[in-house]
Amino acid sequence: MDFQVVVLAGGNSKNLTPLVSKELPKPLLPVANCPVLNYVLHQLEQSNLKDLIVVVEGEDAALLVGAWISGTFIDRLHVEIAAVPEDIGTAGALRAISHHLTAKDILVVSGDLVSDVPPGALAATHRRHDAAVTTMLCSIPVSGPLESGSSGGKDKAKKLGRYNIIGLDPSKQFLLHIATGAEIEKDARISKRILHAVGQMEMRSDLMDAHMYAFKRSVLQEVLDVKDTFQSLKEDVLPYLVRSQLKSEALLNRTPQGEENSNEKVSSQNNQAFISRILANASTPSFHGIYSENPAGSSSTRKTHKCCVYIASSSSYCVRLNSIQAFMDINRDVTGDADHLLSPNNIIGPSPKLGTKTTVGPNCRLGEGSEMGDKCQVKRSIIGRHCRIGSHVKVVNSVVMNHVTIGDGCIIQGSVICSNVQLQERVELKDCQVGAGFVVTAGSEYKAESLAKKEK
Amino acid sequence: MDPRRTARTVSDPKVRQVGFFTPAPPERSISDPPRFQDPIQPSSPSPTQVNDHSPSGNSLSPVMIPPAHHHSDNFLRTALQATSPTKAFSYSAKTVTIPPENEDVASSFSPGRKVVSAKSPSSFPGVKASSVPASELTTVSVVNLPPGISGKCVYKLKGKLIAEKAGGASVEVQNDRPVSAKTLKEKTSKAERRALQEAQRAAKAAAKGLNLMSVLLTYGYSVYLVYFTFEQILNNFVPVDHYVFLAEGTKASSAASKVVTSANTKPSKAAKSSSQKNDGSQVAASEKKGCDRAPEKDRKKDAPHPRMQYDDKSRVEKAKKRAVVKKTEARNRVELFRHLPQYEHGTQLPDLETKFFELDPMHPAVGLQYLSGDIRGGNARCIAMFQAFKEAIKDYSTPPEKTLIRDLTARISSYVSFLIECRPLSISMGNAIKFLKNRIAKLPLALSESEAKSTLMLDIDRFINEKIILSERVIVKHAVTKIRDGDVLLTYGASSVVEMILLHAHELGKHFHVVVVDSRPKLEGQLLLRRLVRKGLSCTYTHVNAVSCIMQDVTRVFLGASSVLSNGTVYSRVGTACVAMVAHAFRVPVLVCCEAYKFHERVQLDSICFNELGNPDAISKVQGREEINYLDGLVNQENLQLLNLIYDATPSDYVSMIITDYGMIPPTSVPVIVREYRRDHLWS
Repeated sequence: MDFQVVVLAGGNSKNLTPLVSKELPKPLLPVANCPVLNYVLHQLEQSNLKDLIVVVEGEDAALLVGAWISGTFIDRLHVEIAAVPEDIGTAGALRAISHHLTAKDILVVSGDLVSDVPPGALAATHRRHDAAVTTMLCSIPVSGPLESGSSGGKDKAKKLGRYNIIGLDPSKQFLLHIATGAEIEKDARISKRILHAVGQMEMRSDLMDAHMYAFKRSVLQEVLDVKDTFQSLKEDVLPYLVRSQLKSEALLNRTPQGEENSNEKVSSQNNQAFISRILANASTPSFHGIYSENPAGSSSTRKTHKCCVYIASSSSYCVRLNSIQAFMDINRDVTGDADHLLSPNNIIGPSPKLGTKTTVGPNCRLGEGSEMGDKCQVKRSIIGRHCRIGSHVKVVNSVVMNHVTIGDGCIIQGSVICSNVQLQERVELKDCQVGAGFVVTAGSEYKAESLAKKEK
Repeated sequence: MDPRRTARTVSDPKVRQVGFFTPAPPERSISDPPRFQDPIQPSSPSPTQVNDHSPSGNSLSPVMIPPAHHHSDNFLRTALQATSPTKAFSYSAKTVTIPPENEDVASSFSPGRKVVSAKSPSSFPGVKASSVPASELTTVSVVNLPPGISGKCVYKLKGKLIAEKAGGASVEVQNDRPVSAKTLKEKTSKAERRALQEAQRAAKAAAKGLNLMSVLLTYGYSVYLVYFTFEQILNNFVPVDHYVFLAEGTKASSAASKVVTSANTKPSKAAKSSSQKNDGSQVAASEKKGCDRAPEKDRKKDAPHPRMQYDDKSRVEKAKKRAVVKKTEARNRVELFRHLPQYEHGTQLPDLETKFFELDPMHPAVGLQYLSGDIRGGNARCIAMFQAFKEAIKDYSTPPEKTLIRDLTARISSYVSFLIECRPLSISMGNAIKFLKNRIAKLPLALSESEAKSTLMLDIDRFINEKIILSERVIVKHAVTKIRDGDVLLTYGASSVVEMILLHAHELGKHFHVVVVDSRPKLEGQLLLRRLVRKGLSCTYTHVNAVSCIMQDVTRVFLGASSVLSNGTVYSRVGTACVAMVAHAFRVPVLVCCEAYKFHERVQLDSICFNELGNPDAISKVQGREEINYLDGLVNQENLQLLNLIYDATPSDYVSMIITDYGMIPPTSVPVIVREYRRDHLWS
């Protein structure tokens, strides 16, 4: 198929502290007791893409991720792990592995994408239009908690960043404008040239860039080479490509057309031109094609490249795990509405030991080896492996990771409790995040706080 | 029932070709015996028998059948080994004395069969090579029994296997049986009853020289059918219940054991096909649901496909099951065109997209482009297809234990069937595929894989260069001589050749005016017009509705064609016939430009039998004008049928001349070109 897949798994995400740590890099953050990277890899595996490059920030994280992948996907996927330095951004990460890219097209997937949109759809769109870049857009998920809302002050700032302003052509196939991140606040600058060529542009703000891209390799490598200040795919590379689609600099549009059996060079070139003309005439030209022909009728054509979009249908599930809020949402959805995402290897262990009069509500997931005391209540929560939960504990809308000890009489609402945390008796947590290994002393009460061990 | 069946077999040689549409073989198993009887005893095959086989041989399209191969032999041998235990077991269950007898006659019989195949090498080409031994042996095992007993044996075999599931001879067989025999327990008694009846009938027949051997011959026959023409079988060449068994066979085992299982199932099938003719199809239908369709890759070869008739519901169902692309049949179709495939537009693309990577390495991009209409026009589609094939061949590596020639042919076939699912093939593509398959089949065995691949890729390039590009140039050269200063030329749609002619004439400095006639919904003429105007030609643009008004001024009509059929009929974009007829009425010469590789030996008198249906939405809506929505909400009404035909057939009366790479010829000379140069097209 000539597609190479790069999974940008990331490493230590600042947005997700205190959930992630050195011991638990972001790709391994459990979502419903299953590392988030698993969702992407599973999705790719389902699509018969078994040759992957996983890019992880930081050597240590790479080792951890590599160990996990080789343990889980052995004999199923052929995965190569590349460790890149931290804070070089997505574009930097791709630049670092760019010499490994050989296929005609590159599929770049973010490792924190939890989605059921088949990557094939994106690839098909990409190939059909022979585009330079194709990006997947999905409708912005209905975020926010069902009740007992836990939108911390931090998340509100994040929410703005999630919205994109996207300009589409009338057929909704081409991307004409994209503004992300900080640009949204500024005035939108739309190229007159593009507007003139297309005639009509549809601006949307209800779509989100899902961070799944297909790039033409030659284009990608060239952009990364030439524009060495570009840091992020989403904020630099993609807008650049979109802006310049009607005035492609350099050779963006001209990919070397395979090998030529050079019998008679001149005639074969003629033939090649002839064939491409027949093919070009046979298809309905997009505005790129029309634009590239000079109205004056001179022989020189303007260089263009196509930026396509694939808009996932609104029924499909597609969320990125890039904030704590998203983490909570995904955990809730994966056990609830979108439970088809749970890959089959996400087995629920042997039923945990429950004390008397302990109730576990629907949409819950309990890991293997967890023990619960008497008269506990668990609602819409996820509890990891080998947790010990005392009696009279109430866990609602929360995520409890592995090896957590919870003392008697604790009340946990809308919180995330990382691995190896110890909650002593009668702790009350509401909308808190407790970092790994933290010990919450008995009787303390916290609300909307983030607790973590001091970094040494 | 019986009389009808015999009646059918009488007209065997002729009907068989067509008869492949309708289940024939199981019926033959009963009616044929007399013929098969002959060779056994006098070992001089009667001509009827040869005839009887030849259609099957022909339908296998001799070219495609590769010569004998080691592993094919192996397959068959293993098949036999696998079968023999079961048989022995069943016989011994019945009568102890039979097996030795069996073997005796086996040896005595096999030469007889060989004579058959040797005597009619031409008519029996495919089978001769590798599968005869198989059919021989399979045949042998039952043939020599007295008919009555053998009949019973067969039935017993079935009953036994059903009863003792743990028979042990081969697991596969048992895996197959229970499924196939659906309700084993309750039906056993029924089956036995039938067995008895069958035996009695067989005994009666024996008096007239009947022998059950024929039954098994038929199975032998289907064994090699299995081997060589898996595709055909899937295409319902073989009766329903055969079909079912094959499907099970494939399910139970991988490709290697496919033949084994199918061979194994044959005996019981023997019983079945003869006993269950009545309810066989129903049972088959229900059984079929359970089993997976054989993967596309297993389709073994290309054969003259009987065109699928889409008004035949059961077949459509079957075809749908093995389809790669999920399609929803459009509901309201025009009665006259029910036999043509039509699908709800827009249901195919998303499905195909999701499977994009699963289809690897089918290079589905081309199919997608066909489906979405990004590539259209005979030449362009053909070139795009060949480029995709070139990619596929480049990536191809022969799997272990397979030969390139066969495996690649199968691959190509699977690609082609995928493309067909995306959009029906054009005739030009059909011819091109025939060419490629011929080239593959003609590859010398000694060639290494890389050599073979490069040869094929060169062949493809050569085809594109010679048959498309060079012939277009030649056509242009010829046609330009017909353009004089002051001419008014009319063209319809957007033909690549016509465009080149016009441009070339313009470059030569001729002064002429062009009328581009267009039609909805594709409006391809606008694209042509755009390019012509850009080059500085003086043009008039109008729609086909106005063709009668503009025709008065026209001095020549140049038309492109999708194909030219051997009765001179020009098969082209819908509307061409109308333009040609108007031109004829105004006594304006009509010149059709068509490359010779698009010629086809078919004769077609109307555009109903073969045609393609486009997306009905395209005519019910006007692109870019949302306010024209009079049909909104009516599209799914029971009493509204939309018809968007793609092609029509222009009778040769309205065509003055056909310009092709072999010169300018009258339409009556098309068969000459087809006859004389067909070889050249395919084998060059």
